[in-house]
Amino acid sequence: MELKGQGAGYVTDLLEVLGDWIMEGIEEIGKVILLFFKALVWAFQPPFFLRNTIKQMLEVGVHSIPVVLITATFTGMVLALQTHTGFQRFNAESLVGTVVALSMTRELGPVLTGLIVAGRAGSAMAAELGTMRVTEQIDALYTLATNPIKYLVVPRLIAGLVMLPVMTVLSDIVGIYGGLFVSVTILDANRTVYLRRTWDYLTFNDIYSGLLKAAVFGLIISLIGCYKGFYTQGGAEGVGKATTGSVVISSMLILISDYFLTAILF
Amino acid sequence: MIKIVELKKSFRNNQVLQGVDLEIQEGESMVVIGGSGSGKSVLIKHIIGILRPDTGRIYVAGEDITQLNEQDLNSVRKKFGMLFQAAALFDSLSVWENVGFGLKQHTGLSDQEIREKAREKLAMVGLYDVEDLRPSELSGGMQKRVGLARAIALEPQILLYDEPTTGLDPINADMINNLIIGMREKLNVTSVAITHDMVSAYKIADRIAMLYKGKILQVGTPREIQNTDNPFVRQFISGSAVGPITEDLEKELMERSAK
Repeated sequence: MELKGQGAGYVTDLLEVLGDWIMEGIEEIGKVILLFFKALVWAFQPPFFLRNTIKQMLEVGVHSIPVVLITATFTGMVLALQTHTGFQRFNAESLVGTVVALSMTRELGPVLTGLIVAGRAGSAMAAELGTMRVTEQIDALYTLATNPIKYLVVPRLIAGLVMLPVMTVLSDIVGIYGGLFVSVTILDANRTVYLRRTWDYLTFNDIYSGLLKAAVFGLIISLIGCYKGFYTQGGAEGVGKATTGSVVISSMLILISDYFLTAILF
Repeated sequence: MIKIVELKKSFRNNQVLQGVDLEIQEGESMVVIGGSGSGKSVLIKHIIGILRPDTGRIYVAGEDITQLNEQDLNSVRKKFGMLFQAAALFDSLSVWENVGFGLKQHTGLSDQEIREKAREKLAMVGLYDVEDLRPSELSGGMQKRVGLARAIALEPQILLYDEPTTGLDPINADMINNLIIGMREKLNVTSVAITHDMVSAYKIADRIAMLYKGKILQVGTPREIQNTDNPFVRQFISGSAVGPITEDLEKELMERSAK
């Protein structure tokens, strides 16, 4: 009897912990969505913090350009190498350019850019807002009759939404040219044929579906970065947790939403 | 000027404010004393609408601010200035941009005019030629002065001080006390300070209110507080480790460890 009672105790304990997790998870999702809608409402009310928005665009976009370009170039290059190895087996080497172009524009351009910006700019947002939270700078904004969601969150959301597609265009281009470079110099492909195969099969749909993905990823990165920072608790340790959490969560959300966006868009 | 009625607030399972009643007259300097974790900071953040109460009312100049939306609350907040415990200066902005932040947001002044105003306010707190420094380049005492300059920049009617002397050496602490008194005389403001520094409380207060376990235990002039009959208040103001507050705390710890 006693043993059975104990066993039941463990089961209820386990269920309780599980229930707590689920409740916390739901609460967190709710808070993220609420933050998004608050930001949406504030975004359309003057005054507009143009200078903050431009500063964030530089932070998200311009400062991430070197690392995005390097990543995209090498991805394009390795894609060419790998595709060539495979396609050689059935004499389809001439289609390497097509594969590189489609992979970059539809998939790798937006996803890799998203992951890099999540690690670079998303984490910085969480750290900065988190520090502002624990040092009461966010409260100070309230006391100066300035809404912190409007002042801090809205510019970051706009920056993510606008800059990610821009960076994706860049990464598409350098990725394609990275593939071209490897094909021409190492794999003895013909430059003209490669480029023709690239443009012949590439449709607008490929490009803009990639850019639409990028915009969604940009929004996810900024929203999660801001959310984690804005609701940071517990001093320096809390800021660290918020920063790590923002990268982990936004990276996962990027990959998950990538699948669903692809499934819906085509 | 400020009237707090039956204010209650809890975080998760922790009931921090358990029905606070307090009235602060126009032009008065009210000091709320209480130990760490007594809910002082939570109380002051309700007065300026950073936190929303679970139940209860807060009237500022006759208006119930607990019923206002963010927009209307913002216009009420312009009546306030607040000095934070660690100053809470914006570290991405220079000193003059910090002081002029409210002016930049709420007036149409040019940067040059804002700079001039900031210099004026900085002079009022005894700081000169620091406009272009970053907050991180200032000492703790100077940061608090800049924080005070920022709080008075929009010429508020009410000033709130969150632990104004905490973390400062005795001399700097007393200088801040003098500034707080000076602000009242020069600007004619109502002020509310929270502190556990009794030297400071006696010096700057017209009336002192003691907050304990989420309720106001006693309100009175510094003299009345010094001659209190309430054993809890007496233990707190004398700073003794022996008394009813300690007993309560020990009982609580026992209960918690029993669980």
